[in-house]
Amino acid sequence: MFKPVQFFADWLVYGVLGLGRATLAGSSVNFFVFDTIKIFLLLAGIIFAVSIIRTFLPPAKIREIILRKSRFSGHLWAAGLGIITPFCTCSAIPLFLGFIQTGIPLGVTFSFLVASPMINEVALVMLFGMFGLKIALLYAFSGFVIAVVSGLIIGRLKLESLLEGFDLSKRIQNVSFGAEMPWPERFSYAREYTLDILKTVWPYVLIGIGIGAWIHGYVPENFLARWAGADKWYAVPLATLVGIPLYSNAAGVIPLVSALTEKGVALGTTLAFMMAVTGLSLPEFLILRRMMKLKLLFIFFGIVGAGIMFTGFLFNFLMR
Amino acid sequence: MMKLQVLGMGCPKCNKLYAAVEAAAKELGIAYEMEKIDDIGRIAEMGVLMTPALAIDGKVRFSARIPASEELKKIIAEAK
Repeated sequence: MFKPVQFFADWLVYGVLGLGRATLAGSSVNFFVFDTIKIFLLLAGIIFAVSIIRTFLPPAKIREIILRKSRFSGHLWAAGLGIITPFCTCSAIPLFLGFIQTGIPLGVTFSFLVASPMINEVALVMLFGMFGLKIALLYAFSGFVIAVVSGLIIGRLKLESLLEGFDLSKRIQNVSFGAEMPWPERFSYAREYTLDILKTVWPYVLIGIGIGAWIHGYVPENFLARWAGADKWYAVPLATLVGIPLYSNAAGVIPLVSALTEKGVALGTTLAFMMAVTGLSLPEFLILRRMMKLKLLFIFFGIVGAGIMFTGFLFNFLMR
Repeated sequence: MMKLQVLGMGCPKCNKLYAAVEAAAKELGIAYEMEKIDDIGRIAEMGVLMTPALAIDGKVRFSARIPASEELKKIIAEAK
């Protein structure tokens, strides 16, 4: 599928720039050019497609679907629909409140809240582009399971008393507004959204792929296995902790991590790290703090963090 | 007098929409009044799940996006 891109990269690097095929500089620059073009093509295509789907499923509609499901299937639907919903920390509060106040259980709301940032199209495209389809699907599936299970646990714990900052007894109707969007508007929405995302992520993607290409070419094979191989118990928790503050840079982190995996970091550790980057973040923590007591927030982060580490250990164990 | 209400809790996108709405209204040359709704209780009551959103005279017109200026003008003009 990306043969023409490889052809172009070869032409540019070996032909125009005159770098030798067998040299380190040649292979690093070629890697950089090829990956950059491939990732941007993928990003543009997939984000556009997801945006189109999204115009059919505005948040109010998603809420309506989840509201009609029974408790258990509610968790599955919430986690599934969380995937296509864009998550920005500034819209987290109205969404959270809007779910709770129409009567969606707290646990189901959390399933949505976990899946929404963790499994998103940018992360999936980057994973597919840098690691291949299998890893991208593994990531999506593990994220889905973590979202469902964390929501189920939080629902079981009956933590509604730990919400604050708004009137929980107030029930609101599920209102949806806006007529059916005509197709030209769907396209213009998708185009705007795609450009918006590309404009935000391009520097991170370039820097990430750039450093990744450098590591690819210059760092010796298995260099990192000594510290971060599958047999190192501390690698997974450490990767999870380091991942938390890196939220907004998910697009740049993935190419970097792909290069590190090549140099001996175990796959489970890599997955745990990326899930922590996307799923847990400090801005999210601060925003959610306005609606819940610190205790609930710690329980939430604790459960999701434990789920991420479990996934990390599991894959390290399985792939050994 | 048309009341243009921008809903959002002060995120960068909400400020961007606020500016875009005001610019569109000015260009249309209508009598308008801007209002910023940043109270989460009110935003929820109006049924908005994703900010930024625009309501005109209390009726929500769109949410979770910032339309291009042409579309914005159309929406405001149609609400008259």
